[in-house]
Amino acid sequence: MAQRLNVLVCSGASCLSSGSIDVKDALIEEIENNGLEEEIKIIETGCMGPCELGPVILVYPDEILYKKVKKEDVKDIVEQHFLKGRPVERLLYKSTETEKLIKKHEEIDYFKKQKKIVLRNCGMIDPESIEEYIALDGYEALGKALTEMNKEKVLKEIETSGLRGRGGAGFPTHLKWKFTKDADGDKKYVVCNADEGDPGAFMDRSVIEGDPHTVIEGMAIAAYVIGADMGYIYVRAEYPLAIERLRKAIKDAKEYGFLGENIFESGFNFDLEVRIGAGAFVCGEETALIHSIEGKRGTPRPRPPYPSVEGLWGKPTNLNNVETYANVRHIILKGGNWFSKIGTESSKGTKVFALSGDITNTGLAEVPMGTTIKELIYDIGGGAPEGKTIKAVQLGGPSGGCITHEYFDTPIDYESLTELGAMMGSGGVIAMSEDTCMVNTAKFFLDFNTFESCGKCTPCRVGLKQMYVILDRITKGEGETGDIDRLVELGENIKKTALCGLGQTAPNPVLSTIRYFRNEYRQHIEEKKCQAMVCTDLLTYYIEPDKCKACTLCAQNCPVDVIEGERGVVHEIQQEGCIKCGNCYDVCPFDAVVKTTGEF
Amino acid sequence: MKNLDELRKLRKKAQKNIKLRSQDAKIKIVVGMGTSGIAAGAREVLNAFVNEINDKNLDDVLVTQTGEKGMSSQEPIVEIHEEGKPKVIYGEMDPEKVKKVVEQHIQNNKVVEEFVVAVEE
Repeated sequence: MAQRLNVLVCSGASCLSSGSIDVKDALIEEIENNGLEEEIKIIETGCMGPCELGPVILVYPDEILYKKVKKEDVKDIVEQHFLKGRPVERLLYKSTETEKLIKKHEEIDYFKKQKKIVLRNCGMIDPESIEEYIALDGYEALGKALTEMNKEKVLKEIETSGLRGRGGAGFPTHLKWKFTKDADGDKKYVVCNADEGDPGAFMDRSVIEGDPHTVIEGMAIAAYVIGADMGYIYVRAEYPLAIERLRKAIKDAKEYGFLGENIFESGFNFDLEVRIGAGAFVCGEETALIHSIEGKRGTPRPRPPYPSVEGLWGKPTNLNNVETYANVRHIILKGGNWFSKIGTESSKGTKVFALSGDITNTGLAEVPMGTTIKELIYDIGGGAPEGKTIKAVQLGGPSGGCITHEYFDTPIDYESLTELGAMMGSGGVIAMSEDTCMVNTAKFFLDFNTFESCGKCTPCRVGLKQMYVILDRITKGEGETGDIDRLVELGENIKKTALCGLGQTAPNPVLSTIRYFRNEYRQHIEEKKCQAMVCTDLLTYYIEPDKCKACTLCAQNCPVDVIEGERGVVHEIQQEGCIKCGNCYDVCPFDAVVKTTGEF
Repeated sequence: MKNLDELRKLRKKAQKNIKLRSQDAKIKIVVGMGTSGIAAGAREVLNAFVNEINDKNLDDVLVTQTGEKGMSSQEPIVEIHEEGKPKVIYGEMDPEKVKKVVEQHIQNNKVVEEFVVAVEE
């Protein structure tokens, strides 16, 4: 019997952690209870994008999206909707603008401004089914490249498309391919960088979890062009689901003959393996990544020679990011010309962003290059929750920089972001509201970079540590005059002298926050003040005698016993010894405890 | 995988399984599945449509369902939506009648007058 409904249950990592497995199991049970198992098919998909709404399920053919589904809701969904055709209204999405209930998932604000190329299949197909991938033109591009196009023609299409590396640096993809193709070598390799390590980034993971074959197909096409017969996908061990789905996809692709020997009877051989990294951030740097695959310690080496000339085991190696490979098949199918019409003059196609931080709709969004930051964080991201304003966004994670709200009209492309002192990076977007302390944020990223520094070169190993020491004392109220200049000088020197991309970009979060929020740094140093009330050492708690009812609640909750007073006697906090934990502030029923910053 | 033809054959087969998720249907068949509809046999009608459309490989036809239609006396009710044409509503449907509607109306564009309860512009 043919099915009449397809129920797509998002099984991206975010929905999984909010309970989508329970929902799926409940669906199976309830569908069986109603004798509908032959009419309805349940499909587990990769990330659909709106992680904030998770667990989400999408019902076809009517494209009805249910949000925040709990297993208790499943009975209603099956009985009311699947059986009687009445969508369950309380689980539908409500437009933030019009307050109207929205049934069709494409009409939801979050999806309206998106353009899906890379994520086309994500959340739409069962990532573990090669048949579903094939049904949506899967492996057609590989077949076309191998049987109808020669290597030069494929390369030409990539050149025409204007595709640039999605890992962050934006190097033209066709050039990288050409260098590797032209390099001398009896053996060549293609490698996929899936070592996505920046806090707040989950684009590559989602692509692999949601549509693993698209990466495999892109790599196979690259291998054909450069003349490689072996490839590796380097994934971090923290992505177990991505690894599992990739392995299944590789196995299936081999069974169908899309990997292996004499693919499409063209004489082209290509095999692919997954290599698992231990999660060191520096292994996202290409030379460190190559060392790690070779079984050596994951540290970088000076370039040149570039991997395209001397890469894995000394052989010419083409190394691209997940998202770069995921674009390839679409360019081959629809042509470089089609792709080059999307985006801006210098940056073509789309970019996938992972929205997180102080933003209403956290999740995954793919937009054409040239979309403004404003459109990305307000129209798609829904702005900051609880009516707060977003004062800046951090782009490019710990290697990138912040962009302040004055520049939110900037169109997103490689050059304009670099000009502002940020970078495209791999696509992590962290929104920061007025409650964010920029000095503390810079310290967070610098702490990350200092920890992840491999220690091979002095500027990165010692320089970052010294920057951290200065930042740390500023946030503790011990900043000295001249500290800002010291940070800038150190940062600029590290950028110029560090060995690899990690060190060369690590000072960026500090430098860019100084550029745009120098005043916050000054306040910390000169006035010992943290406007956002984040740096605990700069806070002072005191009790307003007029409001204190001497209930003793604060004193009872003070872990260090510095609140004096008894029943009937107004309480007072002894500043010396106060650890600024805020317990008194939280428990006072009369709002008598005041939190303030700056000199007391 | 030997060649593109083989891949395309495989794709054709695979597409059947994800047809519900493609958005290019020209004709939409909507079955009223309210309580009274179900009691009158709407589920059998719905499934009969799904199977007929599948067996006959009618790629551009979508079968879906809706709630109560407000014509309880003539359930099961089925609406045929086609762009640029008036909406045809059939009443008192059963799996046998479904076959006829698919053959005549869906495949040959001839409305089955004897089952029609209303035509809405």
